[in-house]
Amino acid sequence: MAFAWLPGALGDIAHGAATTILLIAVTTLAGTLLSILGAAGRRNGPVLLKRAIACYVEVMRNTPFLVQLFFIFFGLPSLGIRLDPILAAMLAMTLNMAAYTIEIVGAGLDAVPGGQTEAALALGLRPRLVFIKIVLPQALKVIYPALTSQIVIMMLESAVVSQIAVRELTYEADMLQARTFRSFETYFVVTLVYLVLSMALRRLLVSGGRRALGAGVS
Amino acid sequence: MIEFTFWDIVRNLLLAARWTVLLSLAAFVGGGIVGMIVLFFRIAKNKWSRRIASGYIALFQGTPLLMQLFLMFFGLPMLGLRIEPWTAAVLGLTFFASAYLAEIWRSGVAALPLGQWDAGASLGLHYLQELRLIILPQAFSITRAPTVGFLVQLIKSTALTSIIGFEELVRTSNAINNATFEPFKVYGLVALIFFVMCFPLTQYARRLEKRMPAR
Repeated sequence: MAFAWLPGALGDIAHGAATTILLIAVTTLAGTLLSILGAAGRRNGPVLLKRAIACYVEVMRNTPFLVQLFFIFFGLPSLGIRLDPILAAMLAMTLNMAAYTIEIVGAGLDAVPGGQTEAALALGLRPRLVFIKIVLPQALKVIYPALTSQIVIMMLESAVVSQIAVRELTYEADMLQARTFRSFETYFVVTLVYLVLSMALRRLLVSGGRRALGAGVS
Repeated sequence: MIEFTFWDIVRNLLLAARWTVLLSLAAFVGGGIVGMIVLFFRIAKNKWSRRIASGYIALFQGTPLLMQLFLMFFGLPMLGLRIEPWTAAVLGLTFFASAYLAEIWRSGVAALPLGQWDAGASLGLHYLQELRLIILPQAFSITRAPTVGFLVQLIKSTALTSIIGFEELVRTSNAINNATFEPFKVYGLVALIFFVMCFPLTQYARRLEKRMPAR
């Protein structure tokens, strides 16, 4: 074990970690938004939309993220859609996460008693406002812990996007170990960085959720 | 240049899928065995043994599987063991699976009423008999759905072993793609093969979940 290379590598590692954080931040926002739309569509949309969303969820949940990533990055250009590695990574992560969170958000929407909607409609709120102001906040409160876990899982899964040359944490580790020939030590340090990131992310989400939703999040 | 027909691609992918299946099974069985050991530590009466097991589980659930595989692949040779991608893949996935399975089964043990332990003790069973005859059978049966669900996750995770050089479905598809330049078709087929493996299990897990009586 030798760590003499470490001081000179801190900049690269920090840069990689920043990219990983950017990836997960974008994915969290876009993925949550998409899954709210998806879950709402799956409950109230036309039959065809419902079926399409159900298919989408099944396909994404039953295939590996790595294959989805390759399909988007290498496969889409043959349809004329060429994406930057980082955009392809964000797209793949968002689509993957949404498939899982559509189910989670849907469970939350089901958990809100129907009386809430009826009461809001009786007060004269428009249906869209009922969903946004009454049903959604209560649903999010219920599912927040599950959502938090999914976001952390996605952050860990993002290590895979190094395979399409997105310069995130794992990619920087690959480059470092090629330069230093200290493979084990490099991956050991980067694994620790991931561990710290995942614990910090979980803590941040839990305290943020408590403040924003007043959720009894553990 | 060799010409690949559609059937050549399919045949090669299906041959490679055998390794995906084999790796999944090996990791599931290995993970089950190691997971049982972790479970014993996790539910032991000794506080420190519980803490060590929680730490083990948190470590594997808090780091990317890809990193765990890299550490196996580059770490074991430092201990003087000659290692091939297959060994690193099986060991890496085994430890990964053990942490998740131990946590799933622990939730099953925790869900049982404490009276079950008391009843066992009052029948004069000692700790291991209680576990074997009363606690674990019930814990396994109520966690069957998440266990099958995890198997699906494990099958999908085998895709990562392509990165450390294990010749399974995804690695073969990369090679085929490099020869044919038809990524849309090749990765589409790979996704389809994974889907065919995982979907029945997902449905089975869902059925188990529905059949579970509400407690």
